[in-house]
Amino acid sequence: MKPAAFEYLRPKTLADALAALDHEDAKIIAGGQSLLPMMNFRLVQPERLVDINQIEQLNQIEKTDTGIRIGALVRHAEAARSSLLAEHFPIIAKAMVHVAHVAIRNRGTVAGSMCHADPSAEWPLLVTLLDGEIEILGNSGTRSAKPFEFFLAPLVTEIEETEILTAIHLPLIANPCRMAFDEIAQRAGDFAAVAVGTLVCVEGNIFSEIRLCLGGVFDTPVRAFAFENALIGQPASVESIEAALPLVLKDLEPNDDIHASAAYRLSLVSALARRVLFDTIDEMM
Amino acid sequence: MSYKLKIALNVNSESFEADVEPRMLASDFLRDELGLTGTHVGCEHGACGTCTIILNGVSVRSCLLLAVQLDEANIETVEGLGTTREMHRIQHAFREHHALQCGFCTPGFLITVREILDTLPLRNDKEIREALSGNICRCTGYDHIVKAVRTLVNERDKRLNS
Repeated sequence: MKPAAFEYLRPKTLADALAALDHEDAKIIAGGQSLLPMMNFRLVQPERLVDINQIEQLNQIEKTDTGIRIGALVRHAEAARSSLLAEHFPIIAKAMVHVAHVAIRNRGTVAGSMCHADPSAEWPLLVTLLDGEIEILGNSGTRSAKPFEFFLAPLVTEIEETEILTAIHLPLIANPCRMAFDEIAQRAGDFAAVAVGTLVCVEGNIFSEIRLCLGGVFDTPVRAFAFENALIGQPASVESIEAALPLVLKDLEPNDDIHASAAYRLSLVSALARRVLFDTIDEMM
Repeated sequence: MSYKLKIALNVNSESFEADVEPRMLASDFLRDELGLTGTHVGCEHGACGTCTIILNGVSVRSCLLLAVQLDEANIETVEGLGTTREMHRIQHAFREHHALQCGFCTPGFLITVREILDTLPLRNDKEIREALSGNICRCTGYDHIVKAVRTLVNERDKRLNS
Protein backbone atom coordinates (compact mmCIF):
# COMPACT_ATOMS: atom_id res chain seq x y z
CA MET A 1 0.00 0.00 0.00
CA LYS A 2 1.90 2.99 -1.31
CA PRO A 3 0.62 6.27 -2.72
CA ALA A 4 0.63 6.74 -6.48
CA ALA A 5 3.21 9.21 -7.78
CA PHE A 6 2.48 12.93 -7.42
CA GLU A 7 4.21 16.24 -7.73
CA TYR A 8 5.07 17.71 -4.31
CA LEU A 9 5.08 21.43 -3.56
CA ARG A 10 5.79 23.01 -0.19
CA PRO A 11 4.89 26.71 -0.32
CA LYS A 12 6.05 28.97 2.49
CA THR A 13 3.38 31.64 1.98
CA LEU A 14 -0.36 31.64 1.39
CA ALA A 15 0.16 33.44 -1.92
CA ASP A 16 2.46 30.67 -3.11
CA ALA A 17 -0.01 28.06 -1.84
CA LEU A 18 -2.85 29.62 -3.85
CA ALA A 19 -0.60 29.67 -6.92
CA ALA A 20 0.26 26.01 -6.36
CA LEU A 21 -3.45 25.14 -6.26
CA ASP A 22 -3.91 26.57 -9.75
CA HIS A 23 -3.77 23.12 -11.30
CA GLU A 24 -6.44 20.73 -12.51
CA ASP A 25 -5.76 18.04 -9.90
CA ALA A 26 -4.10 19.54 -6.82
CA LYS A 27 -4.85 18.58 -3.24
CA ILE A 28 -3.81 20.27 0.00
CA ILE A 29 -2.12 18.21 2.70
CA ALA A 30 -2.24 19.55 6.27
CA GLY A 31 -1.76 16.89 8.96
CA GLY A 32 -2.42 14.13 6.45
CA GLN A 33 -4.06 11.85 9.02
CA SER A 34 -7.07 11.19 6.78
CA LEU A 35 -5.59 12.04 3.38
CA LEU A 36 -2.52 9.80 3.59
CA PRO A 37 -4.48 6.65 4.50
CA MET A 38 -6.69 7.36 1.47
CA MET A 39 -3.61 7.92 -0.68
CA ASN A 40 -2.00 4.73 0.64
CA PHE A 41 -5.15 2.86 -0.35
CA ARG A 42 -5.08 4.79 -3.66
CA LEU A 43 -8.63 5.94 -3.07
CA VAL A 44 -7.19 9.39 -3.71
CA GLN A 45 -4.48 9.97 -6.32
CA PRO A 46 -3.81 13.68 -6.69
CA GLU A 47 -1.40 14.71 -9.42
CA ARG A 48 -0.10 17.50 -7.23
CA LEU A 49 0.16 17.62 -3.45
CA VAL A 50 0.42 21.08 -1.87
CA ASP A 51 1.92 20.77 1.62
CA ILE A 52 0.89 23.79 3.74
CA ASN A 53 2.76 22.73 6.88
CA GLN A 54 5.51 25.32 6.37
CA ILE A 55 3.12 28.30 6.36
CA GLU A 56 3.79 29.56 9.86
CA GLN A 57 0.95 32.05 10.06
CA LEU A 58 -1.53 29.16 10.03
CA ASN A 59 -0.28 27.87 13.40
CA GLN A 60 -1.77 30.47 15.72
CA ILE A 61 -4.56 30.45 18.27
CA GLU A 62 -5.39 34.08 19.00
CA LYS A 63 -8.01 36.31 20.58
CA THR A 64 -9.83 38.70 18.26
CA ASP A 65 -12.35 41.48 18.93
CA THR A 66 -15.23 39.04 18.77
CA GLY A 67 -13.84 35.67 19.74
CA ILE A 68 -11.05 33.19 19.21
CA ARG A 69 -9.41 32.48 15.89
CA ILE A 70 -7.91 29.01 15.52
CA GLY A 71 -5.45 28.69 12.65
CA ALA A 72 -5.82 25.91 10.12
CA LEU A 73 -2.65 24.07 11.13
CA VAL A 74 -3.31 23.96 14.87
CA ARG A 75 -2.94 20.30 15.84
CA HIS A 76 -5.58 18.55 17.95
CA ALA A 77 -3.01 18.14 20.75
CA GLU A 78 -2.15 21.86 20.64
CA ALA A 79 -5.81 22.82 20.84
CA ALA A 80 -6.19 20.49 23.84
CA ARG A 81 -3.24 22.19 25.60
CA SER A 82 -4.12 25.80 24.72
CA SER A 83 -4.70 27.96 27.80
CA LEU A 84 -6.64 30.50 25.70
CA LEU A 85 -9.05 27.79 24.55
CA ALA A 86 -9.24 26.32 28.06
CA GLU A 87 -10.32 29.73 29.35
CA HIS A 88 -13.06 30.39 26.77
CA PHE A 89 -13.98 26.97 25.37
CA PRO A 90 -13.11 24.23 27.86
CA ILE A 91 -15.35 21.93 25.80
CA ILE A 92 -12.61 21.73 23.17
CA ALA A 93 -10.09 19.95 25.41
CA LYS A 94 -12.88 17.62 26.55
CA ALA A 95 -13.65 16.74 22.95
CA MET A 96 -10.02 16.39 21.82
CA VAL A 97 -9.53 13.44 24.17
CA HIS A 98 -11.84 11.51 21.87
CA VAL A 99 -9.99 12.34 18.64
CA ALA A 100 -8.20 9.15 17.57
CA HIS A 101 -5.00 8.50 19.53
CA VAL A 102 -2.00 10.36 20.94
CA ALA A 103 0.15 10.15 17.79
CA ILE A 104 -2.73 11.16 15.50
CA ARG A 105 -3.65 14.10 17.74
CA ASN A 106 -0.06 15.30 17.54
CA ARG A 107 -0.22 15.55 13.76
CA GLY A 108 -3.86 15.98 12.70
CA THR A 109 -5.14 19.53 12.26
CA VAL A 110 -8.30 21.53 12.80
CA ALA A 111 -8.55 22.38 9.10
CA GLY A 112 -7.97 18.79 8.07
CA SER A 113 -10.79 17.57 10.27
CA MET A 114 -13.11 20.32 8.97
CA CYS A 115 -12.31 19.65 5.30
CA HIS A 116 -12.45 15.87 5.66
CA ALA A 117 -15.96 16.42 7.08
CA ASP A 118 -16.55 13.02 8.61
CA PRO A 119 -20.09 13.12 10.08
CA SER A 120 -18.79 11.67 13.35
CA ALA A 121 -15.76 13.93 13.75
CA GLU A 122 -15.35 16.26 16.71
CA TRP A 123 -14.30 19.57 15.09
CA PRO A 124 -17.25 19.81 12.68
CA LEU A 125 -19.56 19.19 15.63
CA LEU A 126 -17.79 21.76 17.83
CA VAL A 127 -17.80 24.48 15.17
CA THR A 128 -21.49 23.81 14.47
CA LEU A 129 -22.38 23.84 18.16
CA LEU A 130 -20.39 26.99 18.87
CA ASP A 131 -21.84 28.75 15.81
CA GLY A 132 -18.36 29.35 14.43
CA GLU A 133 -17.33 30.76 11.08
CA ILE A 134 -14.99 29.14 8.64
CA GLU A 135 -12.41 31.46 7.08
CA ILE A 136 -11.58 30.55 3.50
CA LEU A 137 -8.94 32.14 1.27
CA GLY A 138 -9.28 32.09 -2.50
CA ASN A 139 -7.93 34.02 -5.44
CA SER A 140 -10.51 36.76 -4.98
CA GLY A 141 -9.75 37.19 -1.28
CA THR A 142 -11.07 35.90 2.03
CA ARG A 143 -14.66 34.82 2.59
CA SER A 144 -16.37 33.17 5.50
CA ALA A 145 -18.92 30.37 5.68
CA LYS A 146 -21.19 29.11 8.42
CA PRO A 147 -21.05 25.39 9.24
CA PHE A 148 -24.52 24.68 7.83
CA GLU A 149 -23.36 26.15 4.51
CA PHE A 150 -19.93 24.54 4.61
CA PHE A 151 -20.79 20.89 5.30
CA LEU A 152 -22.77 19.38 2.44
CA ALA A 153 -22.60 15.60 2.90
CA PRO A 154 -20.30 12.96 4.42
CA LEU A 155 -16.75 13.90 3.35
CA VAL A 156 -18.12 16.72 1.16
CA THR A 157 -17.83 20.45 1.83
CA GLU A 158 -18.47 23.48 -0.33
CA ILE A 159 -14.83 24.61 -0.35
CA GLU A 160 -13.43 24.94 -3.88
CA GLU A 161 -10.31 23.05 -4.92
CA THR A 162 -8.55 26.37 -5.46
CA GLU A 163 -9.33 27.60 -1.93
CA ILE A 164 -7.62 27.15 1.45
CA LEU A 165 -9.36 26.89 4.81
CA THR A 166 -7.18 29.31 6.81
CA ALA A 167 -8.91 29.41 10.21
CA ILE A 168 -12.06 28.94 12.21
CA HIS A 169 -13.55 31.72 14.31
CA LEU A 170 -15.47 30.94 17.47
CA PRO A 171 -17.54 33.82 18.87
CA LEU A 172 -17.19 34.32 22.62
CA ILE A 173 -19.98 32.92 24.76
CA ALA A 174 -21.55 35.00 27.53
CA ASN A 175 -20.54 33.97 31.01
CA PRO A 176 -23.49 32.24 32.65
CA CYS A 177 -23.24 29.50 30.02
CA ARG A 178 -21.78 26.04 30.33
CA MET A 179 -20.68 23.57 27.68
CA ALA A 180 -20.29 19.80 27.72
CA PHE A 181 -19.31 17.11 25.25
CA ASP A 182 -19.33 13.33 25.22
CA GLU A 183 -19.31 10.52 22.71
CA ILE A 184 -19.50 6.76 22.50
CA ALA A 185 -17.23 4.74 20.21
CA GLN A 186 -16.71 1.00 20.09
CA ARG A 187 -13.07 1.38 21.16
CA ALA A 188 -11.17 4.36 22.56
CA GLY A 189 -10.17 6.55 19.61
CA ASP A 190 -12.52 5.03 17.06
CA PHE A 191 -14.92 7.23 15.16
CA ALA A 192 -17.89 8.01 17.36
CA ALA A 193 -21.09 6.02 16.87
CA VAL A 194 -22.71 9.12 18.34
CA ALA A 195 -21.19 12.36 19.65
CA VAL A 196 -23.12 15.08 21.46
CA GLY A 197 -22.18 18.60 22.49
CA THR A 198 -24.26 21.13 24.35
CA LEU A 199 -24.25 24.74 25.41
CA VAL A 200 -26.61 25.75 28.20
CA CYS A 201 -27.20 29.30 29.44
CA VAL A 202 -29.27 30.16 32.48
CA GLU A 203 -30.46 33.62 33.48
CA GLY A 204 -32.75 34.21 36.47
CA ASN A 205 -33.21 30.45 36.86
CA ILE A 206 -34.59 30.20 33.31
CA PHE A 207 -32.92 28.47 30.37
CA SER A 208 -32.09 31.53 28.25
CA GLU A 209 -30.20 29.66 25.57
CA ILE A 210 -29.86 25.98 24.77
CA ARG A 211 -27.87 24.40 21.98
CA LEU A 212 -27.58 20.69 21.42
CA CYS A 213 -25.56 19.35 18.51
CA LEU A 214 -25.33 15.73 17.38
CA GLY A 215 -22.65 13.94 15.36
CA GLY A 216 -22.81 10.52 13.74
CA VAL A 217 -26.56 10.55 13.18
CA PHE A 218 -26.83 12.39 9.86
CA ASP A 219 -24.70 13.43 6.85
CA THR A 220 -23.40 16.45 8.76
CA PRO A 221 -23.52 17.58 12.40
CA VAL A 222 -27.10 18.59 13.27
CA ARG A 223 -28.66 20.85 15.87
CA ALA A 224 -31.68 19.51 17.77
CA PHE A 225 -33.76 22.65 17.14
CA ALA A 226 -37.10 21.21 18.22
CA PHE A 227 -35.61 20.27 21.59
CA GLU A 228 -33.80 23.59 21.94
CA ASN A 229 -36.87 25.66 21.18
CA ALA A 230 -39.00 23.69 23.61
CA LEU A 231 -36.54 24.20 26.45
CA ILE A 232 -35.68 27.88 26.03
CA GLY A 233 -37.69 29.94 28.52
CA GLN A 234 -38.40 26.97 30.77
CA PRO A 235 -37.28 26.82 34.43
CA ALA A 236 -33.67 25.65 34.67
CA SER A 237 -34.24 22.20 36.14
CA VAL A 238 -33.68 18.53 35.53
CA GLU A 239 -37.46 18.14 35.16
CA SER A 240 -37.58 20.64 32.28
CA ILE A 241 -34.80 18.79 30.49
CA GLU A 242 -36.48 15.42 30.99
CA ALA A 243 -39.78 16.77 29.67
CA ALA A 244 -38.19 18.11 26.48
CA LEU A 245 -35.73 15.26 25.94
CA PRO A 246 -37.92 13.08 23.66
CA LEU A 247 -37.82 15.97 21.14
CA VAL A 248 -34.09 15.35 20.61
CA LEU A 249 -35.06 12.30 18.56
CA LYS A 250 -37.59 14.21 16.44
CA ASP A 251 -36.92 13.73 12.71
CA LEU A 252 -33.72 11.79 13.40
CA GLU A 253 -33.15 8.87 11.03
CA PRO A 254 -29.61 7.67 11.60
CA ASN A 255 -28.04 5.01 9.39
CA ASP A 256 -27.25 1.41 10.18
CA ASP A 257 -23.59 0.65 9.61
CA ILE A 258 -20.87 -1.64 10.90
CA HIS A 259 -20.26 0.62 13.90
CA ALA A 260 -23.82 0.79 15.20
CA SER A 261 -27.41 0.05 14.24
CA ALA A 262 -29.84 2.93 13.79
CA ALA A 263 -31.79 1.84 16.86
CA TYR A 264 -28.64 1.74 18.98
CA ARG A 265 -27.65 5.20 17.72
CA LEU A 266 -31.03 6.58 18.78
CA SER A 267 -30.65 5.16 22.26
CA LEU A 268 -27.12 6.61 22.43
CA VAL A 269 -28.43 10.03 21.42
CA SER A 270 -30.91 10.01 24.31
CA ALA A 271 -28.37 8.77 26.83
CA LEU A 272 -25.59 11.12 25.77
CA ALA A 273 -27.90 14.14 25.46
CA ARG A 274 -29.12 13.56 28.99
CA ARG A 275 -25.54 13.07 30.22
CA VAL A 276 -24.09 16.27 28.71
CA LEU A 277 -27.10 18.38 29.68
CA PHE A 278 -26.92 17.15 33.26
CA ASP A 279 -23.16 17.83 33.26
CA THR A 280 -23.82 21.49 32.57
CA ILE A 281 -26.56 21.63 35.19
CA ASP A 282 -24.26 20.03 37.78
CA GLU A 283 -21.67 22.71 37.09
CA MET A 284 -24.15 25.54 37.53
CA MET A 285 -26.16 24.38 40.53
CA MET B 1 6.15 12.03 -12.58
CA SER B 2 8.90 10.08 -10.92
CA TYR B 3 11.50 12.48 -9.58
CA LYS B 4 13.43 12.97 -6.38
CA LEU B 5 13.78 15.76 -3.84
CA LYS B 6 16.73 16.34 -1.55
CA ILE B 7 16.12 16.17 2.19
CA ALA B 8 18.42 16.68 5.18
CA LEU B 9 17.43 15.42 8.58
CA ASN B 10 18.66 14.27 11.94
CA VAL B 11 17.84 10.75 13.10
CA ASN B 12 18.84 9.60 16.58
CA SER B 13 21.38 12.47 16.77
CA GLU B 14 22.98 11.56 13.46
CA SER B 15 22.75 13.73 10.32
CA PHE B 16 21.54 12.28 7.03
CA GLU B 17 21.02 13.59 3.52
CA ALA B 18 19.04 11.72 0.92
CA ASP B 19 17.15 12.04 -2.35
CA VAL B 20 13.61 10.73 -2.07
CA GLU B 21 10.63 10.32 -4.34
CA PRO B 22 7.76 12.49 -3.04
CA ARG B 23 5.50 9.45 -2.68
CA MET B 24 7.90 7.57 -0.40
CA LEU B 25 6.45 7.13 3.09
CA ALA B 26 8.59 8.13 6.06
CA SER B 27 8.33 4.57 7.41
CA ASP B 28 9.76 3.12 4.18
CA PHE B 29 12.48 5.75 4.10
CA LEU B 30 13.66 4.92 7.62
CA ARG B 31 13.66 1.19 6.94
CA ASP B 32 14.74 0.90 3.31
CA GLU B 33 16.97 3.94 2.83
CA LEU B 34 18.51 4.36 6.30
CA GLY B 35 18.36 0.68 7.27
CA LEU B 36 16.63 1.51 10.55
CA THR B 37 14.37 -1.53 10.55
CA GLY B 38 13.40 -1.14 14.21
CA THR B 39 10.46 0.95 13.03
CA HIS B 40 7.95 -1.66 11.90
CA VAL B 41 5.32 -1.38 9.20
CA GLY B 42 1.97 -3.02 9.93
CA CYS B 43 -1.23 -1.63 8.48
CA GLU B 44 0.12 1.35 6.52
CA HIS B 45 -3.00 3.38 7.20
CA GLY B 46 -2.50 4.64 10.71
CA ALA B 47 -4.50 2.01 12.57
CA CYS B 48 -1.92 -0.27 14.21
CA GLY B 49 0.71 2.08 15.65
CA THR B 50 3.79 -0.09 15.17
CA CYS B 51 5.47 2.54 12.93
CA THR B 52 5.25 5.26 15.60
CA ILE B 53 8.32 7.53 15.77
CA ILE B 54 9.18 10.82 17.47
CA LEU B 55 9.07 13.79 15.06
CA ASN B 56 10.39 17.05 16.54
CA GLY B 57 9.59 15.90 20.06
CA VAL B 58 6.16 14.35 19.57
CA SER B 59 5.02 10.88 18.56
CA VAL B 60 3.57 10.44 15.07
CA ARG B 61 2.72 7.60 12.69
CA SER B 62 5.55 7.34 10.18
CA CYS B 63 3.22 5.62 7.66
CA LEU B 64 1.08 8.79 7.64
CA LEU B 65 4.03 11.01 6.89
CA LEU B 66 6.01 11.45 3.70
CA ALA B 67 9.77 11.15 3.65
CA VAL B 68 9.95 14.65 2.09
CA GLN B 69 8.17 15.97 5.18
CA LEU B 70 11.13 14.84 7.29
CA ASP B 71 13.27 17.57 5.71
CA GLU B 72 14.99 19.58 8.48
CA ALA B 73 13.31 17.42 11.14
CA ASN B 74 14.66 15.78 14.25
CA ILE B 75 13.61 12.14 14.38
CA GLU B 76 13.92 9.58 17.11
CA THR B 77 13.27 5.92 16.38
CA VAL B 78 13.40 2.89 18.64
CA GLU B 79 17.10 2.52 17.76
CA GLY B 80 17.65 5.82 19.58
CA LEU B 81 16.12 4.56 22.81
CA GLY B 82 18.77 2.05 23.82
CA THR B 83 20.88 -0.86 22.66
CA THR B 84 20.82 -4.55 23.58
CA ARG B 85 23.63 -3.91 26.04
CA GLU B 86 22.37 -0.62 27.33
CA MET B 87 18.63 -0.76 27.28
CA HIS B 88 16.45 2.22 28.02
CA ARG B 89 14.49 2.01 31.27
CA ILE B 90 11.28 1.58 29.23
CA GLN B 91 12.79 -1.42 27.44
CA HIS B 92 13.90 -2.88 30.79
CA ALA B 93 10.39 -2.55 32.17
CA PHE B 94 8.95 -4.29 29.12
CA ARG B 95 11.39 -7.16 29.58
CA GLU B 96 10.82 -7.46 33.31
CA HIS B 97 7.06 -7.66 32.86
CA HIS B 98 7.01 -9.87 29.75
CA ALA B 99 5.28 -7.03 27.92
CA LEU B 100 6.07 -8.54 24.54
CA GLN B 101 5.72 -11.91 22.90
CA CYS B 102 6.37 -11.77 19.16
CA GLY B 103 7.69 -8.22 19.48
CA PHE B 104 6.22 -6.89 16.24
CA CYS B 105 4.25 -4.12 17.93
CA THR B 106 6.90 -3.35 20.56
CA PRO B 107 8.79 -0.49 18.82
CA GLY B 108 5.54 1.46 18.51
CA PHE B 109 4.62 0.81 22.12
CA LEU B 110 8.06 1.86 23.36
CA ILE B 111 7.91 5.15 21.48
CA THR B 112 4.35 5.84 22.61
CA VAL B 113 5.30 5.12 26.23
CA ARG B 114 8.27 7.45 25.89
CA GLU B 115 5.89 10.29 25.08
CA ILE B 116 3.03 9.56 27.47
CA LEU B 117 5.35 9.20 30.48
CA ASP B 118 6.32 12.84 29.87
CA THR B 119 2.91 14.23 28.96
CA LEU B 120 0.12 12.39 30.78
CA PRO B 121 -0.64 11.81 34.48
CA LEU B 122 -1.63 8.15 33.88
CA ARG B 123 -3.31 8.01 37.28
CA ASN B 124 -4.77 4.53 36.85
CA ASP B 125 -4.80 1.55 34.51
CA LYS B 126 -7.82 2.90 32.64
CA GLU B 127 -5.86 6.02 31.72
CA ILE B 128 -2.86 3.92 30.72
CA ARG B 129 -5.03 1.74 28.48
CA GLU B 130 -6.59 4.83 26.89
CA ALA B 131 -3.16 6.34 26.24
CA LEU B 132 -2.00 3.09 24.63
CA SER B 133 -5.18 2.62 22.60
CA GLY B 134 -3.47 3.71 19.38
CA ASN B 135 -1.13 0.73 19.48
CA ILE B 136 -2.41 -2.75 18.72
CA CYS B 137 -0.86 -5.91 20.18
CA ARG B 138 -2.17 -9.29 19.04
CA CYS B 139 -0.20 -11.44 21.52
CA THR B 140 -0.14 -10.17 25.06
CA GLY B 141 -3.71 -9.21 25.77
CA TYR B 142 -2.17 -5.93 26.98
CA ASP B 143 -2.11 -6.85 30.69
CA HIS B 144 1.66 -7.15 30.84
CA ILE B 145 2.16 -4.00 28.81
CA VAL B 146 -0.05 -2.11 31.24
CA LYS B 147 1.93 -3.58 34.16
CA ALA B 148 5.20 -2.41 32.61
CA VAL B 149 3.82 1.08 32.11
CA ARG B 150 2.37 1.12 35.61
CA THR B 151 5.86 0.35 36.98
CA LEU B 152 7.37 3.15 34.90
CA VAL B 153 4.68 5.60 36.03
CA ASN B 154 5.26 4.69 39.68
CA GLU B 155 9.00 5.23 39.25
CA ARG B 156 8.37 8.54 37.53
CA ASP B 157 6.00 9.78 40.23
CA LYS B 158 8.41 8.72 42.98
CA ARG B 159 11.20 10.61 41.22
CA LEU B 160 9.01 13.71 40.79
CA ASN B 161 7.93 13.65 44.43
CA SER B 162 11.41 13.17 45.91
